[in-house]
Amino acid sequence: MVLAGEIGVVQPIIKVDRISKNFGAFQCLNELSFEVAPGEKIALIGPSGSGKTTILRILMTLETINSGHIEVDGDQLYHVERNGQLVAADEAHLHRMRQKIGMVFQLFNLFPHKSVLDNVTLAPILTKKMKRADAERRGMELLDMVGMADKAKAMPAQLSGGQKQRVAIARALALSPKIMLFDEVTSALDPELVEEVLNVMRKLAAETDMTMLLVTHEMSFANDFADRILFFDGGRIVEEGKPGEIFRHPKQERTQAFLKKIIAAGQRI
Amino acid sequence: MDQWSGYLGLILQGAWVTIELTILGSALALVMAFLAGLGRLSKLAPLRWLATAYIEFFRGTSIFVQLFWAYFVLPLLGVPLSPLQAGVLALGLNVGAYAAEVVRGAVLSVGKEQYEACVALNLNRWQCMRHIILPQAFIVMLPTFGNNAIELLKATAVVSLISLADMTFQAQVVRSQTGNTLIPFATILLLYFAMASALSWGVRRLERKLARGLDGVRA
Ligand SMILES: Nc1ncnc2c1ncn2[C@@H]1O[C@H](COP(=O)(O)OP(=O)(O)OP(=O)(O)O)[C@@H](O)[C@H]1O
Ligand SMILES: [Mg+2]
Repeated sequence: MVLAGEIGVVQPIIKVDRISKNFGAFQCLNELSFEVAPGEKIALIGPSGSGKTTILRILMTLETINSGHIEVDGDQLYHVERNGQLVAADEAHLHRMRQKIGMVFQLFNLFPHKSVLDNVTLAPILTKKMKRADAERRGMELLDMVGMADKAKAMPAQLSGGQKQRVAIARALALSPKIMLFDEVTSALDPELVEEVLNVMRKLAAETDMTMLLVTHEMSFANDFADRILFFDGGRIVEEGKPGEIFRHPKQERTQAFLKKIIAAGQRI
Repeated sequence: MDQWSGYLGLILQGAWVTIELTILGSALALVMAFLAGLGRLSKLAPLRWLATAYIEFFRGTSIFVQLFWAYFVLPLLGVPLSPLQAGVLALGLNVGAYAAEVVRGAVLSVGKEQYEACVALNLNRWQCMRHIILPQAFIVMLPTFGNNAIELLKATAVVSLISLADMTFQAQVVRSQTGNTLIPFATILLLYFAMASALSWGVRRLERKLARGLDGVRA
């Protein structure tokens, strides 16, 4: 596991460089910059509307950017070099870059017409030309890891929210991305189902060297899970640091105010 | 009595032509509906224009005129068609234009989160359409497709105008030969109704089969 202080030594796997993003007249991200080291587990926290989801969606190429550059695993994400100049990347380049990145959504986004196992095997079969038998073997391993092997034949509509989310995690893992993005993966779940998903995430963090970025409102989970916390407000990172620093000794007023509100709302950190 | 069974045979021959027209016309309509419906959603502007022109044109002109064109005008342009071919062409293109809008609407009704899952799983546009969007959209299309097919079945009667011996045409023949109006027309009324009922029954069955599992009820 690589910690924040060591970034200078290791080449970052993600380099976000002065990204701005507007929705109409509203500036959602404002010259946002940060770097992530390979294998690092990062938690993005901050008030609603601060741009956390947007930056994950930008990394997954689900939004476009207005300015700035992003480097992923040594390559520009949204640009390619042509005659010494960086120009906007085409779909083929985005397709190559997406192989490095996977995402798990707040509302699971499972394919309702496909069985649990087919949800997991579809993309490897189509995009990696994996043989069905191999894809299914690997799919069953992943479903086993998230505790869903016995539901392999079920349809998504037969599952609880927590089960759906665990399947969605297995589905994203099936493509073996180097980077995984998690956007509030437990916030749509009934409280009693949150823990089963968090347990899967803990296991992932402990057992893999994948780089993980997660947006969460569960501060105690962010505290256990993350190597580093990025506190967002108004489309920028206001403060960053190790969980101990951010949660126990926040320096910025806005961070302090945010955490105070969270504690007042009844969360333990 | 004997004489009546001969006339019934005539009407049944016509019924077979009606069924043929309905099946072939529906097949062509289905192909056109997907071509034009997806064409309207294409990223390529010329494809969109072409699809829109087709849809607007065939919805904006009468099926009678379209049939006359297929049968009487195309031969002048060097494309002679048999009455059955002309009938299938006119019916398929006409109903296909309506069904294209059904395809378009159904594809648009699939939530954007499904497209986003495709992107996150790195499927390309075509793979996403083929494996994720269309299978879900198809279930949405089916009930209206069923209605379209029944509309097409009912519209097949226009081919009697180009002297194709469909069920309506044969009923006219029987009427003029026997002087009896009620019996031949009552017979074809029942037959059309039976065909339409069989169609909607088939579509409903298919619908149930395809929707199985989607609502969480294991059939
Ligand atoms: N497609 C869009 N069109 C217009 N505005 C948008 C769009 N997507 C996001 N926004 C706006 O951008 C801002 C940041 O949104 P974002 O979803 O990134 O916030 P967030 O930090 O994830 O918040 P939350 O904690 O509520 O999920 C919000 O004010 C939101 O209304
Ligand atoms: Mg969000």
